[in-house]
Amino acid sequence: MTPKFDEMHAGDSTVREHYQGYDRWLAAQKSDVMLSRREEAEMIFRRVGITFAVYGAKDEDANSQNAGNERLIPFDLIPRVIPAHEWADMEKGLAQRVAALNRFIHDVYHDQNIIRAGIVPAEQVLNNAQYRPEMKGVDVPGGIYSHISGIDIIRAADSDGEGRYYVLEDNLRVPSGVSYMLEDRKMMMRLFPELFSQHRVAPVAHYPDLLLETLRSVAPASVNEPTVVVLTPGMHNSAYFEHAFLAQQMGIELVEGQDLFVKDNFVYMRTTQGPKRVDVIYRRVDDDFLDPLAFRKDSTLGCAGLLGAYRAGNVTLSNAIGTGVADDKSIYPYVPKMIEFYLGEKPILHNVPTWMCRKEDDLKYVLANLHELVVKEVHGAGGYGMLIGPAATKAEIEDFRRALVANPSGYIAQPTLSLSTCPTYVESGIAPRHIDLRPFVLSGKAVQMVPGGLTRVALKEGSLVVNSSQGGGTKDTWVLEA
Amino acid sequence: MLSRTADHLFWMARYMERAENTARMLDVNYQASLLPQSADAAEKGWKGLLGISELSGDFAKNHGAITPDNVMRYMVSDAKNGSSIRNCLQAARENARAVRGTLTTEVWETQNQTWLEFQRMVADDSYLRDPSTMFEWVKFRSHLSRGVTVGTMLQDDAFYFLRIGSFLERADNTARLLDVKFHAVESEYYGGTVIGNGQSQGNGNGNAQSQSSGKDIEVDFYHWSGILRSVSGFEVYRKAYRNVIRPEKVAELLILRPDMPRSLAACMQEVVTNLQKVANEQSADTLRKAGRLQADLQYGRIDEILATGLHAYLTQFLERVGTLGVGISRDFLVPVAA
Repeated sequence: MTPKFDEMHAGDSTVREHYQGYDRWLAAQKSDVMLSRREEAEMIFRRVGITFAVYGAKDEDANSQNAGNERLIPFDLIPRVIPAHEWADMEKGLAQRVAALNRFIHDVYHDQNIIRAGIVPAEQVLNNAQYRPEMKGVDVPGGIYSHISGIDIIRAADSDGEGRYYVLEDNLRVPSGVSYMLEDRKMMMRLFPELFSQHRVAPVAHYPDLLLETLRSVAPASVNEPTVVVLTPGMHNSAYFEHAFLAQQMGIELVEGQDLFVKDNFVYMRTTQGPKRVDVIYRRVDDDFLDPLAFRKDSTLGCAGLLGAYRAGNVTLSNAIGTGVADDKSIYPYVPKMIEFYLGEKPILHNVPTWMCRKEDDLKYVLANLHELVVKEVHGAGGYGMLIGPAATKAEIEDFRRALVANPSGYIAQPTLSLSTCPTYVESGIAPRHIDLRPFVLSGKAVQMVPGGLTRVALKEGSLVVNSSQGGGTKDTWVLEA
Repeated sequence: MLSRTADHLFWMARYMERAENTARMLDVNYQASLLPQSADAAEKGWKGLLGISELSGDFAKNHGAITPDNVMRYMVSDAKNGSSIRNCLQAARENARAVRGTLTTEVWETQNQTWLEFQRMVADDSYLRDPSTMFEWVKFRSHLSRGVTVGTMLQDDAFYFLRIGSFLERADNTARLLDVKFHAVESEYYGGTVIGNGQSQGNGNGNAQSQSSGKDIEVDFYHWSGILRSVSGFEVYRKAYRNVIRPEKVAELLILRPDMPRSLAACMQEVVTNLQKVANEQSADTLRKAGRLQADLQYGRIDEILATGLHAYLTQFLERVGTLGVGISRDFLVPVAA
C-alpha cells in the first residue's frame, strides 16, 4: 500500500489551501443543521426520482411491486475540491488521451499502423472480444468513435507524500454517471447557496448543451438539421434515470428499440405523425444488443437493420460500434505509447503501473506478490471480477491464483494504490473515505468538457470500491477558479 | 412525438383521472353511510359502487361480506384489485416514469410524490378512521397533477394526449356514475318510461315531487345531492338552475351542460378539440366519431334522452367512448408496422 493522501488535510491538522474556505464554513455549521440538510437532500432525491435500479436486489418494501428496486445513490454533503491549476493540467491530459484513443480506434479498423509498427501486438487487438470486424473500413463522421468518454482518475501519494493523478480506466462504450454530476451540483446549490457566493466554483450545468452540440456535429454530412435521439434499453435499466434526464435536458426524444425501424437503410422512429427519420443515435445500449440481425439475435433492445444503415453512413451511432477494443484492460497499458505514436507528444496523464499477466515475467512477479497487488479481469467492469490482495483472504487469493495460471492473458495486475481520501459524513460523524473521479470528455468537431466530473466515494471504511452497484456514493466536485 | 410516448402520456392521465373519480365515488358513499339509513340501503350504495367499476364479482369472490371498511380497503389500497386507487396511482406514476423526459420536472415530481406519499398513507389501516381525508387528498393530488400540467407544459402533442386521456376517462367515469346512481333509486326515468313532456325542458319548473311523502323527498334530496357532490356539482347546480334538486336536472347538468366541467358534453368537447390538434393521416374516422358524439351531446335534449331511457343511452355512450379509445390507440399510440 502506498502512503495515505487526503484531499483536504495535509497531515493531521493542516488544511490544504484550496479547502480552507470550506473548512472555515464547515466549522461554523451546527451538526444538527447539517444532519437536517442530509435528510432534506435524501428527501429531494427521492421525490425527484434520482434513482438507479439494482439488479437482483431483493424487494424490501412489501408494499411496492416495482419501486422497491429503485435505490438512491448516497449523496455526501462535503464537496471534493480541485484547484484550478490541477484541473488545467488534467483537462489537457484528458483531451490528449481521448484524441489518441480515437486515433487508435480509427487505426485498428483501417490500416492498423500501430500493429505494423509493433507497438500493440496484433492478437491483443484482433482476438479481443470487443474488436468488431463489421467496422473494418467503415468511415465514421470526423473519424471520431468515442464521442462521450468517461475517464476514471484516481489520486495516490507518491513516495514523497505528494498526491499524483493516475488514469485508472478508460470508459469508451456507454459511460454513465454524468446525471449525478449535474444533480449533485444542483443539490449543493439548493442546500448551501452561501457556499457558492463565497467560492468561485466553475459551473457544470451547460454539459447537456455541449453534449447536444457534439452529437449534432457528428451527424451524417448530408443532413442539415439532424434529428438526434437517446436510445435506452428501457425503464428497468439501472441508468434509466440518466437516459431520461439527458434526453429531457437536450430536448430530444428518448427512444427504445421498439420505437425504431429501418427501411431502405435509413432509420426511422414511429411517431404519432407517422415515421420520422433519425440521424444521430446517442445509444445507451451495448454493441451486442444494437441489432439482432448483426449481433445477439435474442436482443429486443435494438433495431433490426441498424448496423446496415450505420455502415451505409445514413445514421451516426454515438459512441460508435467497436469502441470497446480501446478501453479494455488489456489495451490500457499501451495508451501512453499510443499518445506518443499518434500525436508525437509526451503523455500528460499517468497510467497506473500495470503488469500484463500474458507476459511471462510479469506473471511470475504477479503470482509471487498476489497478497499486495490488485488483479483485474481484462473484460471485467463495475468492480466485479477483481482481487484486492491486501484485503483478500488466503482462500480468495488461492482461487485467483488458479484462475490466473489457467488463463494468464485474461488478467492484469497493478500495485494496490491507496486512493486518496476526502472527509465524508458517516454514521459516527465525519471520517476520511476513498474517492475517485470520472470526468466526461466530449469529442466532436472539438474536444470539450465541463470542469470536474463525478466524484464517487466508497462509504465503507477502508473500502477502495467506489462503484454505486457496490455501495458507493457521490460528491459534488468543485473546480475552484483562480 | 413517439407513439409509445403518447401512449404512456395518455394512460398516465387516464389513471390519474380514474383515481380521482374513484375517490369521489367512495367519498360520496362514505358520507351517505353516515346518514341514518337502513342496512339495506347502505349495502346497496356500496354494491352500486362496485358495480360501476364492474368489480362486484371479483369482490364477492375474494372478500365476501360487503362492509364499508372492506369495500374501502378493496377500492383504496388493495394491490390485487387492478382498479384500486393504489394501482391507479402506481400505474400513473409508472407511465410517467417511462416518459419522464417528456414531462416537465414539476409534472414528474408531482406524480412521483403522489405515489410515494400514498404508500405512506396506506401503510396501515389507520386511514379508514377518517377516509374522507384520504379521498380529499387524492382529489387534491389529481387537481395538482392537472394544474401543474396546464401550468408548466408546452402546449404540444404531449400536452394534447394528456388532455385526451383525462377527458376520455372522465367522460367514461361520469357516465358510469350516472348510470349506477339512477339505477339505485329505480327511478322512473331509468327504464324507459316516457315522462310528461315539457316538464323538463329548458327552465321548466315542474313540481312533481309535491306528490311524494316528506320522507321520500328527504331521501331523494340526499341521493341526488350526493351525486352532485361527487362531481363537485352541488353548488354548480344551485347556480345553474336556482331550483330544488330534480333528477332530470341533475341528469341534464351531468350530461348536456357544456359549462359543467365534468359533464359528458364538456368532456367530449375537450376530447374533440385536442384530437383535432394531433390529427394525422389515418385518424379521420376516429375524429369523425368523436365529433359526432360531441354533436349528439351539444344538440341533445334531456327529455329525449330520458324518453329513450337513461340506462340505454348511457350504455350506448360508454360503448361509443370505448370505440373512441380503441380508435385513438390504433391511429396514434400503437406503433404501426414499417
